[in-house]
Amino acid sequence: MIRILSTARIEFRIALRNRWVAIAMVLMAVFSLVLSLAGSAPTGGLGVDRLSVTVASLTSLSVYLIPLLALLMSFDAIAGETERGTLSLLLAYPIARWEILLGKLVAHLAILTLAVLLGHGLAAGVAIWSDQTSLAGLPSLFRLSWSSVLLGATFLGAGYALSSLSRRPSGAAGLAIGLWLGLVVLYDLALLAAIVADNGGWFTTDAFPVALLANPADAFRLFNLTASGATAAAAGVGGAADAIPIWQSLASVLLWPLAALALAAAAFRKVTP
Amino acid sequence: MTSTLTISALTKRFGEVAALTGVSLSVAPGERVALLGHNGAGKSTLMKIILGLIPATSGEVTICDAAPGSQAARRAVAYLPENAAFHPALTGLEQIKHYLALRGEASTLAMPLLEKVGLGQAARRRIGTYSKGMRQRVGLAQALIGHPLLLVLDEPTSGLDPVSRREFYALLDDLAAHGASILLSSHALTEVEARTDRIVILSRGQLVAEGSLPDLRRRADLPVTLHVTARNGYASDIARALPGAILVDGGLTLTCTQSDKLETLGRITGLGTKVSDIEVLPPSLEDLYSHFSQGAGQ
Repeated sequence: MIRILSTARIEFRIALRNRWVAIAMVLMAVFSLVLSLAGSAPTGGLGVDRLSVTVASLTSLSVYLIPLLALLMSFDAIAGETERGTLSLLLAYPIARWEILLGKLVAHLAILTLAVLLGHGLAAGVAIWSDQTSLAGLPSLFRLSWSSVLLGATFLGAGYALSSLSRRPSGAAGLAIGLWLGLVVLYDLALLAAIVADNGGWFTTDAFPVALLANPADAFRLFNLTASGATAAAAGVGGAADAIPIWQSLASVLLWPLAALALAAAAFRKVTP
Repeated sequence: MTSTLTISALTKRFGEVAALTGVSLSVAPGERVALLGHNGAGKSTLMKIILGLIPATSGEVTICDAAPGSQAARRAVAYLPENAAFHPALTGLEQIKHYLALRGEASTLAMPLLEKVGLGQAARRRIGTYSKGMRQRVGLAQALIGHPLLLVLDEPTSGLDPVSRREFYALLDDLAAHGASILLSSHALTEVEARTDRIVILSRGQLVAEGSLPDLRRRADLPVTLHVTARNGYASDIARALPGAILVDGGLTLTCTQSDKLETLGRITGLGTKVSDIEVLPPSLEDLYSHFSQGAGQ
């Protein structure tokens, strides 16, 4: 326990000095503020409180931003230690590999959580300050917060796995960007293209929901949109949210972090310094 | 438990390449052993196997009756990697505190440790601003944490100036006097000569020689080198009288076996006033080292 905490403390300090803490906080704060201020426009027309609309926008933002932040923080975790030559010494110490990973995870997840809390706190503050009925949107904001942290954990785990698989930080960075583009951007485009081509056939009815649940980013979006009933305010793939029961997307949101971390542990075990 | 480290018939292959072949070695408590070998001779591979960082292909290694890489073995062993590196964003003090925590020691010991290796002044500066020698001292400080029974030091004095080297070996002597075993590799043969109890020479993954320095010198039976300085103008005369001598900068260098030494000296003194000086050089550790490591290749 002391070893994990000491690792977490040292990693947090490194992230603080490398400005990752500042970058994550500023990004989340700026985007959340922009969305909560700009989100005021459609309020009257939809008849929902202002915070709920902001949560729908924040969900779409988080799908892009949280995985990106998580991957940026984690891609260097193992490959960087290998390249600097610090890993062989660390592994000679009486600390298990899973303890090293867990220590790094605690630090990186703490940074993400701080950034999420700051961003969401600002968004809630703006919404409630300008619209008293926004208090009704607090539960969905809370749900968005903890599921964002879980989404972050998933991509941190994926980042550690990629970092273990590639020998150099530059390679790990390339893989991380590739994963982000693939899962967050291209995946949805490919699904949309497939649906258009399929024209209501087997793919749309059977394969599409599974494909959405299999992608942690899509599952996260589905879960938040279904839970808040905000599908009306969402566009694109999110429109499919009604078709999939909430327990399925919740299961995906809960299971992906565990799967990603198991993957990271397995990949790290194969690393020889 | 008679020895801290026991290695028997250790073999390591990387695919088709044999990095280590049938290496057997043991290090007793309080013993200082130097591991010599060319780059690629298998020194670092041997150390990594002892630390449990990579598995052996065959053979057995035990550290204080534990398997390498086991929790018990890692608690007993301290390691100083070649070109010790640390995260540049951390200060020396933070880094040592972290290593103390990993070994379950109190963080208050960090400052005394850094002072011991001469980094007290720089403790609160980031390691990114340190020189290579200072990073090496951080590496040394972490290797002194706790009471390691075995220290595995890969080129520990590279980057240290002569005074720091002397201080470093004084620290090692102190540790050895308290029963710690030390296995170190080095390229600086002269310092190894004076500061270790036993020398082990690795060549192409094989242990080619092992023993104390006088022991190795006797076994190698290497030729003695003689430097003859000629009086002005007589160099070519002397060269004719001593077949096999090589003319270098007005002096002559020739070698002979131990048994021929006195006879050769007699011939040189027979040249009388043509000779101004003679110097007799016994084989150095460098010569012994090349002798044993070349012998293995043939």
